[in-house]
Amino acid sequence: MNVAGSKTVRVSAWLLGGIVLLAFVGPWLSPHDYLQTDFEQILQPPALANAHVFGTDDLGRDLFVRTMHGVQITVLVAVVASIVSLVIGVLYGAVAGLAGGRIDAVMMRFVDTLYALPFIFFVILLMVVFERNFLLIFVAIGAVNWLDMARIVRGQTLSLREREFVQAAQLTGVSFGKIITRHIAPNLLGIVIVYVTLTIPQAILVESFLSFLGLGIQEPQTSLGALVDGGVNQMEGAAWMLLIPAAMLALILLCFNFLGDAFRDLFDARQSR
Amino acid sequence: MLRYALLRLLGAIPTLLLVIALAFLMVHAAPGGPFDDERVLPPEIEANIAAAYQLDQPLPQQFLHYLSGLLRGDLGPSYRYRDRTVSELIGSAFPLSLQLGAMAMLLATVVGVSAGTYAALHKDSLLDRIVMTFAMTGISIPVFVIAPVLVLLLAVQLQWLPAGWTGSTGIRRYILPVVSLALPQIAYIARLTRASMIEVLESDFVRTARSQGLGTAAVVRLHALKPAMLPVLSYMGPAIAAILTGSVVVEEVFGIPGLGQHFVRGALNRDYTLVLGIVIFYATLVLLLNLLVDLLYGAIDPRIRRR
Repeated sequence: MNVAGSKTVRVSAWLLGGIVLLAFVGPWLSPHDYLQTDFEQILQPPALANAHVFGTDDLGRDLFVRTMHGVQITVLVAVVASIVSLVIGVLYGAVAGLAGGRIDAVMMRFVDTLYALPFIFFVILLMVVFERNFLLIFVAIGAVNWLDMARIVRGQTLSLREREFVQAAQLTGVSFGKIITRHIAPNLLGIVIVYVTLTIPQAILVESFLSFLGLGIQEPQTSLGALVDGGVNQMEGAAWMLLIPAAMLALILLCFNFLGDAFRDLFDARQSR
Repeated sequence: MLRYALLRLLGAIPTLLLVIALAFLMVHAAPGGPFDDERVLPPEIEANIAAAYQLDQPLPQQFLHYLSGLLRGDLGPSYRYRDRTVSELIGSAFPLSLQLGAMAMLLATVVGVSAGTYAALHKDSLLDRIVMTFAMTGISIPVFVIAPVLVLLLAVQLQWLPAGWTGSTGIRRYILPVVSLALPQIAYIARLTRASMIEVLESDFVRTARSQGLGTAAVVRLHALKPAMLPVLSYMGPAIAAILTGSVVVEEVFGIPGLGQHFVRGALNRDYTLVLGIVIFYATLVLLLNLLVDLLYGAIDPRIRRR
């Protein structure tokens, strides 16, 4: 059961690392800027001449730099949203698990209830009601993804609660909040970090879904979902505008899912032992 | 069984109320009003508009008013389509979405279960690996990537199928939207079926059936299929939610005048009542369908029924 030993895991990890590195370094290497329009160079197919390696879009902007910018935004949103979901999920799960009894039952029943809802529609409702800014996107996506985390953390906390060091702390009168921050949270670190890699692709999916519909990242900023949307409108003359961002998004999600699968197998094996 | 069903139905009511209250509060917590325009209106007219939409009353009263409307199937007037109510809009757009969703669900179940069963029976063969690689790809790639790429390939390049909804008639225009909606679910169901079928095929009762000389096809049909379907059945709830979400994208890509398109247009136009109404409608639908799946689960699995 060595996760790092599997070939798919290694390939996925290297590919992801490469894509992220390229996303942050690539724009420096290109002579173009993601905002710079050039009406002499509208809808140019990918070519090495002019340094438009991915071609240009309908406003003559360089698609390579825009795609890399999109990857940056997508990855950034996903990571921050995952941290938001981590904070909510860990706090909620740890409180429920440590409190136990009726409080735990009510809190977890609430989570079960939320599970059944088509949450994405509530996110859209949020985006409609409030101004669409970056912060809201983070919070909205994080607010969607904390349920799994809360369940996992609660399960772990239930078993931690029975351990001597937690019981000793409770007996000596350490406060509830301090037990969570000092004794429970540090011991959850391993599983939480692994679980974050599983929530990142979900966050990417939600962000690009919103941006595709025009409800997420707004022009002139861009993300992979917004680029795919732009490609859909130009697909008849400029297929590259659709295919390049679409392939990039698919590749990132595929790598994350392969990694997530491997992690899940590892944890299943551990839990069954 | 009937008692159990009624109890579950009653249990769904608090959830539903919570959902309605949550959505209602979110909309009413919005900064500014729905009629704030660049054009400044005289205060009397503003007051009249506010009165017509009950916006001048305190929030709890507005909520009660909305709830009593809901009970009568009245979701209020649309803020943008001034001459139509939200209920009318949902009623006219939903049948088409339902049609597409049901077709996608059927396709996903039939193809997914067949592919998963085949892969389980030929575990570790080349075809098994091909099916599973396809499934992983299908799970990873979102509908809003699958649908445009299928259009580009099959409609724009090869011209086999129509690219849009309005340009053609008949069954051909259903193919691309339904396949795009179904593909990710085919992938999920195939993976689930394969995993649970492999487990069931190794169990004692299947070994007994085999040792009595029953052929593979009969073993699967008579003994293995039903228990292997249980995880797939419990996936139906999330699958329904995913198909609803996907329908929003597919209707936008193909220009299908269904509920999903109304939802996106409403969201972009800030048509608060329409979006609120559709969210509540979707949530109710998902809750009810989840309930139905639970009941089906009890009907199929005797171990649960006895509890």
